[in-house]
Amino acid sequence: MTKPFMFEKPMGMRDTLPELYSLKQQVRSTIATEVAKWGYAPIETPTLEFYDTIGTASATSDTQLFKLLDQQGNTLVLRPDMTAPIARIAASTLKGTERPARLTYDANVFRSQQREGGKPAEFEQVGVELIGDGTASADGEVIALMISALRKAGLSNFKVAIGHIGFVNTLLTEILGNEERAGTFRRYLYEKNYVGFKREVDQLPLSSIDRRRLHSLLKLRGGFDILQNAEALVETEEGRRSLQDLYKLVDVLAAYDLEDAVIIDLNLVMHMSYYTGMVFEAYSDELGFPLGGGGRYDELLSKFHRAEPATGFAVRLDLLTEALGKSKEQVTVSHAIIYSNERRKEAMQTADCLRNEGQSVVMQDVQGITDLDAYSTQFDDVHYLIGKNGQANGGGDNDNV
Amino acid sequence: MTTSNTQTENMLTVAMPKGRIFEEAVSLLRQAGYDLPPEFDDSRKLILDVPRANMRFILSKPMDVPTYVEHGVADVGVAGKDVMIEEKRDVYEVLDLKISACYMAVAALPSYDSKADIAPKIATKYPKLAAEYFREQGEQVEIIKLNGSIELAPLVGLADRIVDIVSTGRTLKENGLVETETMMSITSRFIVNPVSYRMKATQIDDMVERLAKVVEGGGDE
Repeated sequence: MTKPFMFEKPMGMRDTLPELYSLKQQVRSTIATEVAKWGYAPIETPTLEFYDTIGTASATSDTQLFKLLDQQGNTLVLRPDMTAPIARIAASTLKGTERPARLTYDANVFRSQQREGGKPAEFEQVGVELIGDGTASADGEVIALMISALRKAGLSNFKVAIGHIGFVNTLLTEILGNEERAGTFRRYLYEKNYVGFKREVDQLPLSSIDRRRLHSLLKLRGGFDILQNAEALVETEEGRRSLQDLYKLVDVLAAYDLEDAVIIDLNLVMHMSYYTGMVFEAYSDELGFPLGGGGRYDELLSKFHRAEPATGFAVRLDLLTEALGKSKEQVTVSHAIIYSNERRKEAMQTADCLRNEGQSVVMQDVQGITDLDAYSTQFDDVHYLIGKNGQANGGGDNDNV
Repeated sequence: MTTSNTQTENMLTVAMPKGRIFEEAVSLLRQAGYDLPPEFDDSRKLILDVPRANMRFILSKPMDVPTYVEHGVADVGVAGKDVMIEEKRDVYEVLDLKISACYMAVAALPSYDSKADIAPKIATKYPKLAAEYFREQGEQVEIIKLNGSIELAPLVGLADRIVDIVSTGRTLKENGLVETETMMSITSRFIVNPVSYRMKATQIDDMVERLAKVVEGGGDE
């Protein structure tokens, strides 16, 4: 290994410079405000967790975890998501609190081992978890809140696709007879390999009806009415129950007037293996990657010895900010007071006055600048308080206080 | 991305592999009813717009097609299964186009004796695919990555065997190599970006359906 150059960073690590920061901050606070209005309480969890608890529960693949050792030799991980740490708290510290619990977070998560640029290994996620409520209303609320937060943040052209892991699982097991074969097909769906899926269907000794059912599964994408096509595919009670879940969810979303923002996609199988029921992902036409998602994870809390239903969403702030792009006004410091020693007191009073009005003001000693003209162009208003006699000096356009 | 997208709204961007697969892919698209201009066949441009079909074609190295599609700068693309296995990009593989059929094989000099081979070395353009294959076979090998003319490696003693795509077998024969194992058959696939798959569902579903008709000589089922 060669020594890194002074300016280099580890693969996947990014700096946030002031312009991007201010846009990110706007988005962050807009979402936080919206989430708070829906009654979610913010919490923070540590960056480091035990590998044996959060590392295994998070379902992020082992090769994607940042690992290190503490002084006792325990393996630690940088948290790869926030859902598992919140499940840990909900099942322990907060186990006595009233249910359902509504919690929100805004935190950096870490997924390592990017093989090339373009994908960060550390990124900020904003999300909510609704714990202890197994109803479709809870699922609907989480989706509606994500959509509302994205809209408030200024995202216009986006869609949310909704699937149901339970439906896919029961349908596959129902047709294929055993979990092992169903697993093969589930992996094809998760790997997005429809060609492999179709080939496998044609190779297995199945009845032509079952073949058609499996092929039809790949076509279950579209509006709310696609659920009727799905109904024709299921034959067991369990399958019908997952479909009932979806019907109820669709009713809730219709009540929120979200028919236009939501599509049904029953092939959506996500990599986070703790999901048990409905799952969803958000897509913007400005971006090649999903910028958020979530779902129901009724079995995760039992990994922390307390079985409870739960549902939630997470939005990737880095991707959302990228999707919003530069369409927003850039926030700049509007005033500068350039002063000399003799008038420092006066400059301070002027600054106080402007700051009390809610303006942002930079105070700059004139002796600290080398190129006065270049420096002053970054501000809307420049006040020069230079010289002994209290007279304006230089090309300042404003000295009105 | 933001600026380019406003003017190309609803335009479908297709990533096409240059070289061997290109002609076959273009003829497939024409059969599917896409009215592509004649300059398609001998242009050196990297971006070709077809306004009447509301499509844009970008021409890249075959190995790079899934990368453009994964990042969403192309909505859909045509990529060989060999490239898909090697690159492991997060894209939908929706249709087997059944063009550019060939297969992946292990080849060696006729005098090669695996039992006498103590530290087997494999030269290939597909290091991940080859490593995965030999791991599955329970065979420990060392992989040497090359960028082309793989047949040269065993001739000059860089490696004992090679892993490469074979279409007619002529190149192997001309260089005095023999195939020792057939690994898997390869065809080109129609691939789709996960976001485009939802945001441009109508256009993409239409394209998949038209291509499927040509490929399968009928419906999708």
